[in-house]
Amino acid sequence: MHNKTVSELKKYLEEKKISSVELTKHFVDRIKAIDPHLNSFISLTEEYAITQAKKIDLEISKGKIRPLAGIPLAQKDIFCTKGLKTTCGSKMLENFISPYNATVVEKLNDAGMVIIGKTNMDEFAMGSSNETSYFGDVKNPWDIEYVPGGSSGGSAASVAARLIPCSTGTDTGGSIRQPASLTGVCGIKPTYGRVSRYGMIAFASSLDQAGIFTRTAEDCAILLTHISGYDPKDSTSSRKDVPDYEKECKQKFTSMTIGIPIEFLDGLDNTVKEVFEESIKVLEKNGCKFKKISLKSSKLGVSAYQVVAPAECSSNLSRFDGVRFGHRADNTKNIDDLYKKSRSEGFGQEVKRRILIGTYALSAGYYDAYYLKAQKIRKVISNEFAEAFKEVDLILGPTAPDCAFKIGEKSNDPIAMYLSDVFTVSTNLAGLPAMSLPMGFKNHLPLGLQIIGNHFDEAKILSLAHHYQKITDWHTKKPKLSGD
Amino acid sequence: MWESVIGLEIHVQLNTKSKIFSPASTNFGAPQNTQACAIDLGMPGVLPVLNEEAVIMAIKFGIAVGSEILDNSIFARKNYFYPDLPKGYQISQYEIPIVSGGAMEIIINGKSKIIHLTRAHLEEDAGKSIHDLYPNESAIDLNRAGTPLIEIVSEPEMENAEEAVQYLKNIHSLVRYLGISDGNMQEGSFRCDANISLKKKGSTTLGTRAEIKNINSFKYVESAINHEIERQAAILDRGDSVVQETRLYDPSKDETRSMRSKVEANDYRYFPDPDLLPVSISQELIEEIKSNMPELPSAKKTRFINQYGLSEYDTIILVSDRELSEYFENILKDSDLNPKMTANWIITEVLALAKKTYLSVKDYPVSSEDLKYLLSNVTNETISSKQAKDVFERMWDNKENPRDIIENEGMKQISDVDELNKIVDNIIKNNYKSVEEYQSGKDKLLGFFVGQVMKETQGQGNPKIINQLLKEKLKK
Repeated sequence: MHNKTVSELKKYLEEKKISSVELTKHFVDRIKAIDPHLNSFISLTEEYAITQAKKIDLEISKGKIRPLAGIPLAQKDIFCTKGLKTTCGSKMLENFISPYNATVVEKLNDAGMVIIGKTNMDEFAMGSSNETSYFGDVKNPWDIEYVPGGSSGGSAASVAARLIPCSTGTDTGGSIRQPASLTGVCGIKPTYGRVSRYGMIAFASSLDQAGIFTRTAEDCAILLTHISGYDPKDSTSSRKDVPDYEKECKQKFTSMTIGIPIEFLDGLDNTVKEVFEESIKVLEKNGCKFKKISLKSSKLGVSAYQVVAPAECSSNLSRFDGVRFGHRADNTKNIDDLYKKSRSEGFGQEVKRRILIGTYALSAGYYDAYYLKAQKIRKVISNEFAEAFKEVDLILGPTAPDCAFKIGEKSNDPIAMYLSDVFTVSTNLAGLPAMSLPMGFKNHLPLGLQIIGNHFDEAKILSLAHHYQKITDWHTKKPKLSGD
Repeated sequence: MWESVIGLEIHVQLNTKSKIFSPASTNFGAPQNTQACAIDLGMPGVLPVLNEEAVIMAIKFGIAVGSEILDNSIFARKNYFYPDLPKGYQISQYEIPIVSGGAMEIIINGKSKIIHLTRAHLEEDAGKSIHDLYPNESAIDLNRAGTPLIEIVSEPEMENAEEAVQYLKNIHSLVRYLGISDGNMQEGSFRCDANISLKKKGSTTLGTRAEIKNINSFKYVESAINHEIERQAAILDRGDSVVQETRLYDPSKDETRSMRSKVEANDYRYFPDPDLLPVSISQELIEEIKSNMPELPSAKKTRFINQYGLSEYDTIILVSDRELSEYFENILKDSDLNPKMTANWIITEVLALAKKTYLSVKDYPVSSEDLKYLLSNVTNETISSKQAKDVFERMWDNKENPRDIIENEGMKQISDVDELNKIVDNIIKNNYKSVEEYQSGKDKLLGFFVGQVMKETQGQGNPKIINQLLKEKLKK
């Protein structure tokens, strides 16, 4: 049952071949057996899930079938879930129980999905390896000595290990696509504003976007339809109509012109390059035209990102002060002492590093040189993408410069870590939608193919991804797991 | 030797139903922390959504002072840590405010002066820290957190406390006319920061300024400014220099003291709030608001002078308070009362009692209807104005009905000449010495005779007739 896709499970449930309670128990048992080796979950919500599943089963028996009735789901622990622990991977929120649901959570609950657990993540989504989590590293299911990527490492690893058919993630600079690439699953980050950010704990508000992990493009399309749409609680969410992505992506594939940014191939790892070129060949044979394009400024993306994201985070994380909720230090002398101790104890090293960088970048006298300049670069990058999309339908490249790296390998070298996001950050800076899907392996570790689209062109991205998965079988490869 | 230069930053709480970025209520006086929702508490993951009502109120203000209303003004984050600031930043407007420029006229001793506004911007209020509730702990009430404010910034164009207070009063009156704030200074709905510096007489270079924070009454503004001018003058007189700093006015000690110097000042790290879009304002919206503006103090002043023939002095008093001017006009409505007499009554009798009892118009115990009844009785000479004043005091103090007093107590002016003749004759007969004195030129004694007659009539005699009769009879 755990090898079934969302689309298959949907049929099984609707045809009453399996109940939601049975399915829930199956996945809960599987998580209990396998996850101790992976650590992809921060909390299991078994009791809550069984109650939900019972409710859904009752509805189904009465003929009320919600669109995603009874399908198990894991929520990244960055999404506020009413009555359930929401830690954001941090000691700061170790015991935080949210009094409300994030809009994404609300929407998927309404669609009938059953939350089975909250997935592990880099602390406050700051990391590319899931090593900054207060709740321990997540292991890559393909080789537990390797990282699963980050920050949505738990969401990616759990889907890759078939502990859950689908999960949510967030992507600020690549936090959905890079772990999807490193664990061999599909992960989509929609256009900025496509999905409400309400209740999603903010890292960098102008870059953060919620998305989905699944094993197939079709499944991504199914879930994306349900989380998208305008939310009156998020002023930055878009009022644009939401298409039925599933229907759109399954329509007959029509020829597309696809751009390959020459900058993405410059100095690329040989195997990654070979695998990528192989996937181009496959698509070329199957109705796609390719065109070399240039995104000159995308190289500046990481630098601009490393100013904008910390700047916004330094302000977003100010609310964690030990006064109203979250970790509060004991035995403090006065209010300044309370702030200092609570924050020093509650935040991990990477979070502190980014708060410091961001605070510096916004300081009087440095604002123009850093923050404003980064915003200008952002504009230039956006314009380059806009130019490119006048000539091509989609842009294709590898998602990450390499396959997964070993746990500990880059944790003392932040710059090397930040470069993991070199192909993903510029789309966040430009607010564009992008997706990663499996395209092959380097040795035994998966590699991801990134499809970047123009604003609100998710349907096009999913259409190409679905087409690719009909002619290849990379997405069906399974890791061998201890405990399986 | 020194000239003072004053600029004011006025914080006005807007009386919207809900907060500027959340649906929580803005009512004053609810139990602590009952009007703060997840957004006001700055919980993880929550987002602000701008309340359009606040935007409309800010535009109203801008139109009233002739400002430019800027399209696409930007909300920015002002970052600092304080326990009653839940998010660790205040959402305010920084580089691009919603209202730019504008002017306010003040009149002092009949002389008009224009004070220019720099800008007015929208922002959220913070919560309140309460330090005297528990012995070793501070308490926080976040009911106020997120209440919409406009901060109105003037150019440094005021020269003394009197001008500053007049400007403040005019802004106060204006926001109440516009119905955008209750202006309640005790509850903190209307408060101001004063920037004060001194320069050499005739010089065009401004001196170093001190900012006095959060002054919440007209009287305090006056004393705070005067104290600060004295303090700075004393420093400059000894040849020292003023330190740029933020100071606090302590009304209990009637002095200002230092809060923090420029060195200790926060670096607020302003940057545009990525959670909020630029505030887009269409020309149509501005036109719509313009066409629904209430009558403003300056227009009302002109109308009162023309329509009622009042003096400028009286008009300024009546018009300074929207509700007082409405009280006045309600009395005149559907009546043939003399406007000047009515204005006089309000300015002398009503305002005197209002001042003594600390009541504002909405709390007056005497309704405009009842006062109209009373004044009509004076006009048709049913009662004397002396009697009217007594009745009015009883109405004010005991909430007595004027009909009951006048009718039930048979309160009537005695205008019957025969009846008064008898009394006058009696008085003249019994005071022959005084009559002699009067007739030998002591005119002032007429008052004495009038008083005697009034005493005899228990205050009900018609003074006009009594005067006439006495003058005639005393001639002989």
